[in-house]
Amino acid sequence: MPRHDPTEPSGALEALTTMWTIRRFEEALEDLYSRGMLHGTNHLSIGQEAVAVGACGALEDGDFITSTHRGHGHSIAHGADPEPMFAELLGRETGYCGGRGGSMHIADVGSGNLGANGIVAGSMTLAVGAALSQRLLGSSAVVLCFFGDGAANEGSFHEALNLAAVWELPVVFLCENNQYGMSMASDLSTAGGSVAGRGAAYGLEGVRLDGNDVIAVAEGVATAAAAAREGRGPALLEAITYRYRGHSKSDRNLYRTQDEIEEWRTERDPIARFEARLLEEGRLDREAIDGARQTARERIRDAVKAAVQAPEPTVDVLEEAVYARR
Amino acid sequence: MPAADSTDTVDTIEDPVSTEVRTTTYAKAVAAALRTAMHADERVFMAGEDIGIYGGAFGVTDGLLQEFGEERIRDTPISEDAIVGMAVGAAITGTRPIVEMQFSDFVVNAMDPLVNQAAKLYFMYGGNVEVPMVLRLPGGGGTGAAAQHSQSLEAWFAHVPGLKVVAPSTVQDAHDLLLAALVDPNPVVVVEHKLLYKQEGALTPRATPEDSPAVIGEAAVVREGTDLTVVGYSLNTHKALDAAEELAAEGIDVEVVDLRTLRPLDTETVIESVCRTGKLLVTHEAPTAVGVGAEVVAAVAGSRAFDHLLAPIVRVCGRENPMPYAPALEAATIPQTADLVAAMRALAAEDV
Ligand SMILES: Cc1ncc(C[n+]2csc(CCOP(=O)(O)OP(=O)(O)O)c2C)c(N)n1
Ligand SMILES: [Mg+2]
Repeated sequence: MPRHDPTEPSGALEALTTMWTIRRFEEALEDLYSRGMLHGTNHLSIGQEAVAVGACGALEDGDFITSTHRGHGHSIAHGADPEPMFAELLGRETGYCGGRGGSMHIADVGSGNLGANGIVAGSMTLAVGAALSQRLLGSSAVVLCFFGDGAANEGSFHEALNLAAVWELPVVFLCENNQYGMSMASDLSTAGGSVAGRGAAYGLEGVRLDGNDVIAVAEGVATAAAAAREGRGPALLEAITYRYRGHSKSDRNLYRTQDEIEEWRTERDPIARFEARLLEEGRLDREAIDGARQTARERIRDAVKAAVQAPEPTVDVLEEAVYARR
Repeated sequence: MPAADSTDTVDTIEDPVSTEVRTTTYAKAVAAALRTAMHADERVFMAGEDIGIYGGAFGVTDGLLQEFGEERIRDTPISEDAIVGMAVGAAITGTRPIVEMQFSDFVVNAMDPLVNQAAKLYFMYGGNVEVPMVLRLPGGGGTGAAAQHSQSLEAWFAHVPGLKVVAPSTVQDAHDLLLAALVDPNPVVVVEHKLLYKQEGALTPRATPEDSPAVIGEAAVVREGTDLTVVGYSLNTHKALDAAEELAAEGIDVEVVDLRTLRPLDTETVIESVCRTGKLLVTHEAPTAVGVGAEVVAAVAGSRAFDHLLAPIVRVCGRENPMPYAPALEAATIPQTADLVAAMRALAAEDV
């Protein structure tokens, strides 16, 4: 059974609260950054929340995800606690990685989050290995592999799909096509016209989903995960979505128009659309929706408060940090 | 290969880049060299991720798309293996590619075309083919970008016969060595520390690549002194110079050698210096073990300078761990000027 079904009231409330939590989390990061409290850079997924929430909600407990450099949403949707996430981004000892990883390397392997990855397509072949080990260990877990439209042009993408397909491994490859890889429009970088279409080369159907519709994503991933779990091999899904913010802190947005961004924000926002649909279909009332927003706001506020008070790591931790011990 | 939006490129080739002496940044000095080369030689083109309208991740190629068009300033898909392999193929067939790796770390995705192809073809094919390509690698830490975006991988390339590796520290050298790389018939890896891009310095721009006086394989004594020799390259040359300045106030007279090229290594300049000072300290940001510094130390220990050594050789290099994210841990991983001051002071005080 998927963790939550966004077509049921309780699942819908859960999905909505999680989408708001992701958005508030990343808005809080922008705020911390503008106050000079965050260093380095980070990649925000504001506008793409439906992909992470729909997909992770369609998994079962014990399933795995692999993530990308734009991974805050994936982590939260897979059940990560915002407090150690903030702590990680603030470089604190209580962060998921003790402050050693930062935004691009948040992982919580114990809960099945095999980690964000700073290398484009870097986690795709890892996902294949995770799926193989599950089969060797006799587990029925599946691996959900998030990657970007840009990642589909790395050799690893093709090698991962091929290997997973010939070994019939339980991997759901989910492309988050947010239209751009940094400044490169996906149309200009993707021969053949779509990422999903590339599945054909590996005997995979390749399915395009509306990535701003949390229910469509949930259904697509649930179907693919069920097939993978039954031993019918990997799947390739492509969720069409959009990133509102710049690629990272250095982005001047010279490669797209403000109008384009505004159009997605006002016409196709995944959270606004979901709320409108829930109200229209009478699955949640206004009060419940306001409650979801309120819950998310409070979670994030409390998490930031706690994280900023956490201690910084001391240099002596590095001594023990490089090699595992028996 | 004319610029995409212009049919009269010949006009612009006449007097393309101002050669007026000026103060500018390291990034702009690199860009000026790129422009000079592009104007001087139609066969030169650039390829890399987001080098067009975005201007490159660090702004180095800002404006080049507008000047040269998209045929010659080629934005690529995120495909490092293909980008470098393509450059090798282009280089052996009559063009002169310049590749910008977005971060030096991603070159590991292109190790086959770089190490097994570019570095080997001239030798393997009995000198029948040349591989005149340049690969620019923005590297180094100190930016909070953590383990996969902060590495100093230069020793990997310096270990490969067939490649040349330069690591300029100054605005002028960034310009001149890039031009020298562009006229070299071999694959040249240019290591650029990200924190250098905004550094300012004097630049005498060259009108053509051939006007560059830089010689790949020549180190420089950038500060003369008598008490000890400090050898560095790239960003650490500046840290060494700052430290030397600080110690001058204490009456310690430090000589600083900037390696500038890591392969082929100019060991003679270092040996010569150590013969005079009798003490050697080597510094780089890359981890200590099996770094370029180890080669410098071995060269000195195996030379006539051995007899002149008055104290054990010291290395002040990167810690043996991947680059951490937390600011304090990152700072502890990278050798800081204060670390150099302390180590240099201690070495100067070594009794002999
Ligand atoms: C191997 C590698 N090449 C390049 C980069 C630099 N880079 C980081 S994210 C990115 C764009 C990725 O695009 P996409 O896969 O579509 O993901 P998105 O950023 O849109 O989420 C680039 C070029 C990298 N981190 N790793
Ligand atoms: Mg993308």
